[in-house]
Amino acid sequence: MEFAELIKTAKVENVQLSCPGLPPIKGTLCITSHHLLLSSQPGGNGEPGTVELWLLIRNVDAVEKSVQSLGWYQSSRTNSSHQDTRVASSLGTITLKCKDLKVLQLEIPGMEECLNIASSTEALSSVDSVMMMYPFFYRPQSMKLKDGWQLYPLQHYYQQIASETGAWRLSCVNGDFTICSSYPPAVIVPAAVDDNVLKKAARFRQGGRFPVLSYYHKKNGTVMLRSSQPLIGPNRKRCQEDELLLSAVLDGGERGFVIDTRSAQAAKQARMMGGGTEPKSSYPRWKRLHRPLERGRPLQESFIKLVEACNDTSLSVDRWLSKLESSKWLAHVKGALSTACLAAQCMEREEACVLVHGAEGTDTTLLVTALAQVILDPDCRTLAGFQGLLEREWIEAGHPFHFRYAHSAYSHARLKQEAPIFLLFLDCVWQLGRQFPFSLQFSERLLLMLFEHTYASCYGTFLCNSEKERCLCEVKEKTHSLWSWLNQPSEWKKHLNPLYTYNALVIWPSVEPQSLQLWQGLFLRWIRSSQYLDEAWAEVQRLVTSHEDAPEESAGHTRCHSQPDAAYPLTITGTANEG
Amino acid sequence: MRLSSGSCLDAMEHIRMPKVENVRLIDRISSRKAALGTLYLTATHVIFVENMSETRKETWILHSQISSIEKQATTATGCPLLIRCKNFQIIQLIIPQERDCHDVYISLIRLARPVKYEELYCFSFNPKLDKEEREKGWKLVGLSEEYNRMGVPNNYWQISDVNRDYQVCDSYPTEVYVPKSATAHIIVGSSKFRSRRRFPALSYYCKDNNASICRSSQPLSGFSARCLEDEQMLQAIRKANPGSNFIYVVDTRPKLNAMANRAAGKGYENEDNYSNIKFQFIGIENIHVMRSSLQKMLEVCELKSPSMNDFLWGLESSGWLKHIKAIMDAGIFIAKAVAEEGISVLVHCSDGWDRTAQVCSVASLLLDPFYRTMKGFMVLIEKDWVSFGHKFNHRYGNLDGDPKEISPVIDQFIECVWQLMEQFPCAFEFNERFLIHIQHHIYSCQFGNFLCNTQKERRELKIQERTYSLWAHLWKNRADYMNPLYREDHSQTQGTLRPQTAPCNFLYKFWSGMYTRFEKGMHPRQSVTDYLMAVKEETQQLEEELEVLEQRLADLKKVQSNNRKENSKQQDQNTHLGLSASNNSIANTPQDYINNVKSFPSRSPSQGDEEDSALILTQDNLKSSDPDLSANSDQESGVEDLSCRSPSGGGCLPSEDSGKDSDEAVFLTV
Repeated sequence: MEFAELIKTAKVENVQLSCPGLPPIKGTLCITSHHLLLSSQPGGNGEPGTVELWLLIRNVDAVEKSVQSLGWYQSSRTNSSHQDTRVASSLGTITLKCKDLKVLQLEIPGMEECLNIASSTEALSSVDSVMMMYPFFYRPQSMKLKDGWQLYPLQHYYQQIASETGAWRLSCVNGDFTICSSYPPAVIVPAAVDDNVLKKAARFRQGGRFPVLSYYHKKNGTVMLRSSQPLIGPNRKRCQEDELLLSAVLDGGERGFVIDTRSAQAAKQARMMGGGTEPKSSYPRWKRLHRPLERGRPLQESFIKLVEACNDTSLSVDRWLSKLESSKWLAHVKGALSTACLAAQCMEREEACVLVHGAEGTDTTLLVTALAQVILDPDCRTLAGFQGLLEREWIEAGHPFHFRYAHSAYSHARLKQEAPIFLLFLDCVWQLGRQFPFSLQFSERLLLMLFEHTYASCYGTFLCNSEKERCLCEVKEKTHSLWSWLNQPSEWKKHLNPLYTYNALVIWPSVEPQSLQLWQGLFLRWIRSSQYLDEAWAEVQRLVTSHEDAPEESAGHTRCHSQPDAAYPLTITGTANEG
Repeated sequence: MRLSSGSCLDAMEHIRMPKVENVRLIDRISSRKAALGTLYLTATHVIFVENMSETRKETWILHSQISSIEKQATTATGCPLLIRCKNFQIIQLIIPQERDCHDVYISLIRLARPVKYEELYCFSFNPKLDKEEREKGWKLVGLSEEYNRMGVPNNYWQISDVNRDYQVCDSYPTEVYVPKSATAHIIVGSSKFRSRRRFPALSYYCKDNNASICRSSQPLSGFSARCLEDEQMLQAIRKANPGSNFIYVVDTRPKLNAMANRAAGKGYENEDNYSNIKFQFIGIENIHVMRSSLQKMLEVCELKSPSMNDFLWGLESSGWLKHIKAIMDAGIFIAKAVAEEGISVLVHCSDGWDRTAQVCSVASLLLDPFYRTMKGFMVLIEKDWVSFGHKFNHRYGNLDGDPKEISPVIDQFIECVWQLMEQFPCAFEFNERFLIHIQHHIYSCQFGNFLCNTQKERRELKIQERTYSLWAHLWKNRADYMNPLYREDHSQTQGTLRPQTAPCNFLYKFWSGMYTRFEKGMHPRQSVTDYLMAVKEETQQLEEELEVLEQRLADLKKVQSNNRKENSKQQDQNTHLGLSASNNSIANTPQDYINNVKSFPSRSPSQGDEEDSALILTQDNLKSSDPDLSANSDQESGVEDLSCRSPSGGGCLPSEDSGKDSDEAVFLTV
């Protein structure tokens, strides 16, 4: 496929761009294979100074067009300059609803041009082939390919564990992805269990996702494991190796907890489809807890409803609250946080090992294991540690990013496998940051940036569904890593929380409804003005910075915020700026 | 037991049971946790002292804070008593003997409903200030200075003595500001045409453009009545703003309510009779609707582990945020008229002492940065609420009275301020704690400021000679109430505040810091305000030191005596000033995420004097400042580090919950 075939009109003059909160801009619109550009200088030869819009087409979630000879629907803002442009007999308006929730309007003179731009944008934004995506074409001069891809190898994480205990080993049983196509080549498993057992246990788990170590709690040596559901089936099958694998985790008389992210009933029903959950009889030392978490379609619908409610400007306060309620988004936040807290509590306070799984073990399972680690482990709350966590628990763990984030909340396309699980995770982390404003080294800005990049990015980090696919597509060879961009000193600094102080303790959040808030910075980012809040944030930064600058060597400080954790050495790759 | 005043002796008569032992204080969040201790009833407080020998934690509740007492069905463990407070604290006690419980109940019923002002706490409260200090305290906030600051009297406005000795209107102050062209005849005439004779008077004057905000009660217009003097009065207000062609008359009631009043001979201005007015209804509901709305919201807060949907649904159906928005919208409308159109506004509701006070003060706050300072905010409350006869006694039930008169009118204003603080974090000199403490003291009756319903009553009671002023108390502790983000030269502290109006429904948030303020576990575990305040103070200190050092260095260089030893000594001292935040740990405990049963220990929010481990029930021993407030150290219990950071950080009691109960069995029963 050639991109050129999809571009019928490459350039239109006199296009007016408007987006909420900014004065409209007129200029030349260009469409390239991956970008929509609006340059305020007609005929500009790509001079960067005048480019007003540089939109990654992949970021476009929905294209709505209206071609009328007289004005289109009234925008919420009054716009006096509309009158002048409507003289033209045909004027088309394209509304671009982006995956990052921003909404742009382009007024394009000429019906044909308008339709062409709309259809090209639509076609280009829905290219599904990974290798055709922008990260494979993005070549910033100051960054080197291959940098940043080996920052957080599982080997490093394993070494940390190995320095504490010999009970675990790194297995390469999945080296060629034949045992489990969604697992990485290396996994951490009980040292007492050999690869043959793993192979057999894998056959007893959906998608081959046998129980592996997700987190080692240094404080008391307990571990968190994750897997997919066991294939118990209607005939109540058992698998000796799977049972062996799980009991190898527990010492002597210890007991562990299985946290199933489905309701007891759903887990039971899954047996009819060949799945199920660990029965007490076969796993006598594991106690099962069911915590149903929403996933898949209902979660996507919750997201869509919430975004709808946020965009509905006609609501009164009352209707707003009921819409917020009926989206159920905050209920999902509460559910995810409570379940992660439960897992953390099992480890920290009950001093027991935990196995987390739902059905496939690629969505809510990872949500719970990753969140629990942020709650328990101060290392995951540093900027470098958080990157490592995302790498281990989301990317390498086989969360299907490609499927889940193909479309966002505006798309009219038929939804297939979309579900904003990772967004829910980011929201939960934001809630933690709100309740513990000094305990996360990174700021809200990082979370917003990650949200954008999961849906559309010039980096390869969130491409594909698994390590296997990434290998096939040569993602690590042919695209740049988001982390190597983020870890440049200038970017690194921008994503820090000025209030951060290392806090070695577990951060137990309150999950009461009164304590959870809508993440306005994300959901209302393009709707409400954040000027005053931004000013306040700048003031916070000013206070803290002037405090740091004031004393010469004020040695009493324990605020070590800009030093990356020694466990994750930084690779700094020059100073590139992103397009 | 020493008692200092006669009123206390009276109160003692009502105490059937001064002390009950083996009482359990139930933790509302976790029913499995209860503290065993002794309950004391004193003339002014209910005090619960824990038996735990080390901490002897004390919970103090002022009688005047008690809003309801509920005796619940006796169980095997004893007789439960539920005390709900006006500052939203809820205390649940279990008293072993039914008879004791009954005695405590009967005593509290009476103690919580005093019948004479003299029974209130402010008449026995003694912060050990001498007469001079007390007088100085009362002079901290002065209204004539305030009107001078606004720029009146001037060519258009004068001070009128028509209400001296409260001859015209007994709920107005003696000094009222009226247009110069309004003669005594016009004022008196107009007052006769207004409910309770509350004639139009100046609330806020905008120096820059002469526009003003005036307030009054509704006119007695019925279906057709007119009053020439009242029409002249409104004309005079317009004329006092020479550039303008008309004035807005804002009736803050819903139109239906205003129309219903016409049948009773009251009502609203007929645009045909008054020349050059633009009449406008702004539908703020009446005190009864507001009372039940708050009630509904508090019921939601009291739910035991509500789901997200229970909470949001309950919050919405209480209508509380809708009412807050209505008040705010009215204030925004008026501020806009004054600042942008330069048009004067006359505001009224029915009697002009509830909604009118809310709306005038919100508008003033938006218009004038002075009211967003600590001093200015005190002045604002003094001006729009205290002096204009907001019925504090009736609305907040200080004395036993008609429960239908009670309504959270000023609470709503305070919440409006908080909502604005959330939208404009740099615009206010004070912080959330300042608002919470003011709310607390409106109900506490520990200071005389909010006693009675009118200025007239307060003068008759000689409040200023017999009680202390809250403003002086708050001012003395102002370091605790500072907003670290406030800077006089910041853009948000200049000029009029313009809150986003549309779309803005999502801007109004549930104020957890107020309505669930005693549920410690629900709040952010680390206080950015306190931290930044400490940072700010320290920076200032270091900068001053640095200046001294630089000066010194310069001096040294001058005399060419290179005395480095001295200098490095200074440097050493410098390093000691680092934040004492060596203990950065946050000892917080998990909620029970297992089930509906929670293991979150909410510690009792009220603390007595930490230094006294033994409790001696003398009047003098009652902590002078805010025993019932979750001030400072206590506010952050559960977060160890904050006491080191808080600029005022007092001693922090060790929290009793550090991981001892990890063996709780609930887990294994799931």
